[in-house]
Amino acid sequence: MSLTVEIRFTLNGSPTRAAVPPGLTALAMLRDIVGLTGTKYGCGEGECGACTILVDGLSVNSCLMFAVECDGRAITTVEGLAADPANDRLRDAFVEEGGVQCGFCTPGMIVQSKYLLSQHPHPSHEQIRRGLEGNLCRCTGYKKIIEAVAKAAEGTP
Amino acid sequence: MTVVAKSSLIGKRIPKMDAPEKAAGKTRYVQDINLPGQLIGKILRTDRVHARIVSIDTAAAKALPGVYAVLTAADIPKRGLGVNKDNPPLKGDKVRTIRDEIAAVAAETEEIALEALKLIKVVYEDLPILADPRQSTQPGAPVIQDAKPDNIAMTFDYAHGDVAQGEKESDVVVESEFYLHYVTHCCMGVSGIIADFEPTSGNLTLYSNTQVPFLHKREFSEVLGMDPGRIRIIQPPIGGGFGSKLDIYPFEPIAVYLAKAARRPVKLVFTREEEFLASPTRQPALCRLRSGAKKDGTLTFRAVDILLDNGGYTSWGATIPFVMMQTFSSLYRVPHCLFHTKAVYSNNPYAGSFRGYGNLQATFTVEQHMDMLAEKLGLDPLAIRMKNAQESGEVTGQGMVFTSCGFKECLTTAASRSDFARKFTDYAQQQSKPGNKKRGIGLAAMIHVGGGAKIYPSDGCGTILKMDDFGHVTIMTGASEIGQGSETVLAQLVCEELGLPLDAVSVVNNDTEVTPWDVGVHASRTTFIAGNSAIGAARKAKDKILNAAAKVTNMTADQLEMRGGFVVRAADGEMVMPLPKLLRSLHFSDKAELVMTTHYYEPSSVHQDKKFMGNVSATYAWAAQICEIEVDTDTGIVTLEKVTAAHDVGRVLNRMGLEGQIEGGIVMGQGYALTEDLMVRQGKVLNPGFRDYKLVTAPEIPEMDISFIESMDGEGPQGAKGVGEAPAICMAAAIANAIHNATGVRLTRLPFSPENVYRALVTAKGGVVE
Ligand code: FES
Ligand code: FES
Repeated sequence: MSLTVEIRFTLNGSPTRAAVPPGLTALAMLRDIVGLTGTKYGCGEGECGACTILVDGLSVNSCLMFAVECDGRAITTVEGLAADPANDRLRDAFVEEGGVQCGFCTPGMIVQSKYLLSQHPHPSHEQIRRGLEGNLCRCTGYKKIIEAVAKAAEGTP
Repeated sequence: MTVVAKSSLIGKRIPKMDAPEKAAGKTRYVQDINLPGQLIGKILRTDRVHARIVSIDTAAAKALPGVYAVLTAADIPKRGLGVNKDNPPLKGDKVRTIRDEIAAVAAETEEIALEALKLIKVVYEDLPILADPRQSTQPGAPVIQDAKPDNIAMTFDYAHGDVAQGEKESDVVVESEFYLHYVTHCCMGVSGIIADFEPTSGNLTLYSNTQVPFLHKREFSEVLGMDPGRIRIIQPPIGGGFGSKLDIYPFEPIAVYLAKAARRPVKLVFTREEEFLASPTRQPALCRLRSGAKKDGTLTFRAVDILLDNGGYTSWGATIPFVMMQTFSSLYRVPHCLFHTKAVYSNNPYAGSFRGYGNLQATFTVEQHMDMLAEKLGLDPLAIRMKNAQESGEVTGQGMVFTSCGFKECLTTAASRSDFARKFTDYAQQQSKPGNKKRGIGLAAMIHVGGGAKIYPSDGCGTILKMDDFGHVTIMTGASEIGQGSETVLAQLVCEELGLPLDAVSVVNNDTEVTPWDVGVHASRTTFIAGNSAIGAARKAKDKILNAAAKVTNMTADQLEMRGGFVVRAADGEMVMPLPKLLRSLHFSDKAELVMTTHYYEPSSVHQDKKFMGNVSATYAWAAQICEIEVDTDTGIVTLEKVTAAHDVGRVLNRMGLEGQIEGGIVMGQGYALTEDLMVRQGKVLNPGFRDYKLVTAPEIPEMDISFIESMDGEGPQGAKGVGEAPAICMAAAIANAIHNATGVRLTRLPFSPENVYRALVTAKGGVVE
């Protein structure tokens, strides 16, 4: 067994401790050690966005981040967003606008959209398209995802 | 009096039933499932393109602590997978493609499994490489599969009429060679399987991504040499299918053999790099097409000769001629047609089935020739298509029967909504004007099976329907859900029959122990076939319910109806009794009974004969798509600006789901034409990752204007047809025609990457690019 490093961080609002090997990615820690499988592996090299999480409010590809780098940070995953009713509007918009097909890209898309809306509460379509550039979807053709984000932004104060 | 109003879900925008869980990150895909005691399986793949295996030494790997099984070909039965049974799960004598599986390991952790792979020593003796399919049948070419010394994996020949006669009747003839490249599915969820084998009972449970669970049951039993009755396939939600999960591939039996050897469940999941290297591609093709027409635009003949690079092994890619020939023989009225295809072995990757199944390739050639013929005859692209387009009532040379056919309406709708005629003329006139930005508009049309495809003796699907004491319906269907939204459409169709709201229905579609047989998700068949099956089961339930209600109300069954969760009087909608009350009175009576029904639907289509004659589908889908582009002649960059699509969908069932399928297909077709290119050189895949294999991203999508033509198919569920594959089919052809409209240059080789376009433009002007 490889050596492990003990880290402490906030995961979806709760203080968390984990013992992680130094070479482990944050993605593998979330999925295999913590057991939160909502964050997906799509490529492991920062090219697809399926593994997107928020680290201190910034969107990050968790496959490119070491687990040890989570130490002292606030990590939010799709499960954390789903647990907070404040995000229901975003999630409902994905459902109601047809932004979900196979759903494999969806967790990453939702987390990225959350970040996008935190940066641009009233985004233009162009800002949404640019904001989702790093997230691949093979099913939807993106149009309904873009519309979902636009809808979620509507009525935001 | 309480009147219950009639309501319908057909044609509405219905959110996908499983979307809320997916959007919460709760859905557990195969990658997310872990069984107690599970080991991790990994495959050692060769890095040689063509080589004899001299020896494999696994001793060090076996000795590594944490390793529970190490297998090579010597440890497993010698049975091949795939269409020609030429693909053994582990290769023992030689390797034929860069991804070939030569050994497999099951270990406590992924780390240990990878470590063990490194300890396996393989000695090879390299063999000459056959990388160009045009060389495959040359004298002296290396033999790839000993059982096929001529390197021919498969041939398909089809003919109607007499092309020599057709040629004599022609006023113009065009001939071209087209090349279609490798692309791959890029499902966002990589391939994976969990095999759980219990040695004492002999039960095998597979958690699998398959699109065809019942066919797989049979194939697994053949490959593994076990009783199919002992095999249970559970299908967790899939991270995308698109045809990639239609065949058994080596990793699947390998996982089973590992589980058997280790006596522990084994989970085997690909990396993205493996997914690029070791999952099937779209079938590349080299097509020579000759077409003729009379002065007035009437088509006279088509002669087609296609070379398919079969790669080292045979999966479904080799069989795409089944679908290709339909486009040549039947998209338009063609009196004389001759079609020859040959799939030849090489040391390249092998192709599987991929959304559209050969039709992207066929349509690319046919629809460019329609424009080329039109140009020669001084006709416009729409006119020549309208002249030859099929109509309802037609029976084609290949025996296809067109009952409902909205083809002409697709053409005229797309043309008028995009202002095609005016733009086509304007852009053509601007070709010679100065400036490096050229605009173009291009049209392409397609036919595809829309009512299943009877390529097996049965193209059916079974449904079991049960109702509980509270009026809740559970539909157990053989049809898999792969993200396309079939579960929602099936629920809608059942709601329509039983007058229920959507939340009164759930769908079970993921366990072969529970669900009845279905041939699988392919050929755009699920809405049509599984839909009709579900309707059949619902109608039987309705019959039972109304007959029971008749007994307690002193009315006849046909005076009654189901609406909004009630039994009502048909004439005026007056509420007679709530449905749950009736169900309970049936259940808790002297002759206690539950409402449970079954239905097996088999479409009216026929299994084609040896000459490929026969009406293979119960109905056909039609579409026309028009692409507007800008070409930068200095850089070769083609920007897709707008797509106007008109699809004959029979009838709209779920408007949002349908739009989602069409939009997703358009963008997939855009990628095929413009950005995606799996670069295979000397048998090696040069770009196995998203960094260098470019999928279309959100900022690049075109504006999309989509129209649905409702031709109300007589056999379709509520009139609908299948359209899952249709939207990707026309795109490359339409873009090629648009590039010609913009620049006057005809591009016959995909992809239209900046480099390829730039080269073609310079070469057409007599220039040279080094
Ligand atoms: S898995 Fe992290 S970007 Fe693809
Ligand atoms: S919904 Fe399937 S990848 Fe986006």
